[in-house]
Amino acid sequence: MTSTAEWIKIDPERILHALQQEAVDKVNSAQGEVTLDFSSVLRIDSNVVGAMEQLAGLAGQRSVKVVLRAVNVDIYKVLKLLKLTQRFSFLT
Amino acid sequence: MTENVSSLSDDRIAYLEGLVRRGRTAAAVFTQFSQQDVDRIVKAIVLAGLDQAQYLARLAIEETRLGVLEDKAIKNMVATEFVYNYIKDKPSVGVIREFPERGLVEVAEPIGLIFSLIPVTNPTSTVLFKCIMAIKTRNAVVFAPHPKAWHCCQEAIRIMYESAVEHGAPEGVFTCVESPTIPDNNYLMRHKEVKLIDATGGPGAVKAAYSSGKPALGVGPGNTPVYLEKTAHLDMAVVDIITSKTFDNGTICASEQTVVIDDEIYSLAIRKFADLGAHICSEKETEILGRMVIDPDTGFMRPMAVGQKATDIARACGLRVKPDTKLLVAPIQGVGREYPLSVEKLFPVLSVYRATSVDEALRVCVDVNHAGGLGHTAVIFSRDDEIIRTFSEAINAGRIIVNSPGSIGALGGVYNDMVPTFSFGCGTGGGNSTTDNVSLYHYLNIKRVARRTQAHMWFRVPNQIYFNMNAVENLRHFPSQSTLIVTNPLLEQMGHVDIVRRFIPAQTPVRVLAIPDAEPEVKVVMQGVEALNLHRADQIIALGGGSVIDAAKLMKLKYESPEADLEELAAPFLDIRKRVVQYPTEKINRVRMIAIPTTSGTGSEVTPFAVLIDKERGRKVTLADYSLSPDVAIVDPQFVMSMPRNLTADTGIDCLTHALEAGVSIHASPYTDSNAMQAIRLAFKYLPIAYENPRDEEARSMMHNAACIAALAFSNCSVGVNHALAHAFGARFGVGHGRANALMLPHVIAYNASVPTKFMPSPNQRGYIAHKKYAMIADLLGLAGDTVAEKVKSLVSATEQLLDRLEIPRSIADLGISKEEFERAMPDLAKVAFDDPSWRSNPRMPLVSELVELFWSAYRGRSPANLGSVSEQATTKEWASV
Repeated sequence: MTSTAEWIKIDPERILHALQQEAVDKVNSAQGEVTLDFSSVLRIDSNVVGAMEQLAGLAGQRSVKVVLRAVNVDIYKVLKLLKLTQRFSFLT
Repeated sequence: MTENVSSLSDDRIAYLEGLVRRGRTAAAVFTQFSQQDVDRIVKAIVLAGLDQAQYLARLAIEETRLGVLEDKAIKNMVATEFVYNYIKDKPSVGVIREFPERGLVEVAEPIGLIFSLIPVTNPTSTVLFKCIMAIKTRNAVVFAPHPKAWHCCQEAIRIMYESAVEHGAPEGVFTCVESPTIPDNNYLMRHKEVKLIDATGGPGAVKAAYSSGKPALGVGPGNTPVYLEKTAHLDMAVVDIITSKTFDNGTICASEQTVVIDDEIYSLAIRKFADLGAHICSEKETEILGRMVIDPDTGFMRPMAVGQKATDIARACGLRVKPDTKLLVAPIQGVGREYPLSVEKLFPVLSVYRATSVDEALRVCVDVNHAGGLGHTAVIFSRDDEIIRTFSEAINAGRIIVNSPGSIGALGGVYNDMVPTFSFGCGTGGGNSTTDNVSLYHYLNIKRVARRTQAHMWFRVPNQIYFNMNAVENLRHFPSQSTLIVTNPLLEQMGHVDIVRRFIPAQTPVRVLAIPDAEPEVKVVMQGVEALNLHRADQIIALGGGSVIDAAKLMKLKYESPEADLEELAAPFLDIRKRVVQYPTEKINRVRMIAIPTTSGTGSEVTPFAVLIDKERGRKVTLADYSLSPDVAIVDPQFVMSMPRNLTADTGIDCLTHALEAGVSIHASPYTDSNAMQAIRLAFKYLPIAYENPRDEEARSMMHNAACIAALAFSNCSVGVNHALAHAFGARFGVGHGRANALMLPHVIAYNASVPTKFMPSPNQRGYIAHKKYAMIADLLGLAGDTVAEKVKSLVSATEQLLDRLEIPRSIADLGISKEEFERAMPDLAKVAFDDPSWRSNPRMPLVSELVELFWSAYRGRSPANLGSVSEQATTKEWASV
């Protein structure tokens, strides 16, 4: 089986859309991993947290690895506090 | 408690879990907020709360039927405006405090999700206060208001929440448990995502919080004693007490409960209470009141009276009072169950007690304090600072309010500069962990960032050191009314004393005290003190080796400060700056001490140490303090020209050991290094010459200087494990100190140069450097080697060669000590060496097993075992950075 890598640059103005639409579509269609580039995202809110939880759930069901790239330490700490870091991979 | 939790339905648990999930997410998201974000939201919610202060007060009154509308509105305003005023400029995100001079920085870390109980007595104000604290500290809160105040609290939470979220706070930052029950509370208190419980409530709720196993803030019950002392400003005191006790109908737990009034002002005070609207109860009325408002079975107030008006309480009790009565004042004759009104009364009933003395007044206040109010609040009205101080010491209360109203005073920020709060910590007396007014700092984990600091160092030496041949002539410069020369009989016979006397100004009366040539005992010291006293001496000249000079130091100490306890002053210490026992600074006599050494080894002429023999206990103690250092040292080689060869060798090696150990000491500094290195250089060069040609004046002079210079170094950075081993071995087998040092020296160099099993904590050094410093010494001596390890090996070899040249036995076995005897002694040797303070400045912390290994290494002699384990790659460049 061949795996494919998908890449989404997260727009800080449209994080929810990116997670709930684009990322979900990629996870549904990918066979390897999906990388979400957070390099432009400075902060996340409760809704984004919820969307990330859902995305992690979907990725788990579909055995797709979701890689978060360039997550700043503040966001990483939020994910750590919510025990979400174990559900994603991280890339600097 | 577990049964309570198990009674929750699945739906209810799911509901509670939902609250926790929202709060937990909000708390996590909140961690990203900046100080500016937080302060913006805080200001917005403060204004929102302030705007609705009266509305929320009305809701609270309508729902709880407790208190006074106007007062509740004021409380809401204090909870917002006053609290804001206190916190607005206080940092609560990131770095919150800096102490640059201590290298300390405090950094705030939010707690996370807080579960908060709200009382029925102060519902909306407590909600407002806690919301502001939570936002300021980036925490989320799940509130559980008292069921009888749920609606007003829920509305207060809604107002604060909507304002907070509108201004950017995370959704879910505040939630409120709908119709909370005890099982709900217990479930949430034990929830793993709840990080802190803030239990402002009754004793049951507080106890449950503390029993949950979670960190908790809790208040305790109050029973505020008030001492109205005869010097008080009476008009002010009576108005303050009425203001406080009637404020919100007495619902604030810090309000006055029993006023103890001095007999001299009792009648006048009671009349003033009556004039200002209080009803003074008769004995019969007091009895009725006590029975009606206090439950005789429990001894606690009845809920029906809490927060009610004085007139309503009077009516309910069948007492006839004027319609404008503010307060019921009930005289009592004691404290305890037989005096029901001596307990906490959260309503406008005030008990008063007439005290016939200050002592009685204080005793009754203590009784009230202990009758349910430990750790909470106490009040005193007085203009006598001494009585205020005595009261403060006698009463166990987190807040002792002076000349102001108890309830409003305890809240802080109005009548005093205490921290504004709606939650009073009551310390252990109230079963709490703090006596503070709970505030923003209790809602934070405060992280301390501690930068490495360097201990302040010093380099202390005697004021004057004269050296070179005939330096003794400088005695001429020291006028004295009476001089005592302390020496030993041999030196007297050798004519050394006569030489000294020759240079003491002719008119000076001089007496000579010849003491045994051995480490001094207390009785010898006291002989000297007696002589000093007899002759009213103002100068001691110590002429001799280390023992004589040490004895003279202690004579001086006891002569100047007779109360000095030598036994106590010998108490061990780790750091001389932090020692427990301090040397006396008060002196009844003043005496100048001049030390003239007659050996070239101990350096006692400049050191702050003195060794004393305790014959009764069979031990040797070392006293150390810079006040023991002689005032003047005269290092004149003429007194060592006739020193025997073996003594020259042994004392010379003692000098070399001092310098080598000072060189690698963890307290070494550039100041001590300069002395240590020079002493090492001089000893290696001149000791063999002085040994082989005792009349060589230059060699004698240089070795005499070397001993003094080495002592200047180790006086300021101490010695090391070599001395610990030598002290133990020398004492056990009667081997002289210098020789014992010599037997250990090559092995200790090898040991210190190898990688330590345990590093010695040494804040002033960057990394382990002992081996590099040995390499530096090797270079100074011009020894062979390219790497540090090679240079260390060369230094060990050079030391061994020096010992051979001095004809010093190279192993303990060579001394004729059998292996069996040494083996038998080993447990004691190791113990004594480990107890010896000398090694505490050694670069390597010795394990007891390592001390044993070192002893055996010295027993076998030659070829130190540890050599070669230092980094072979370390180069000369490395030590250059030391």
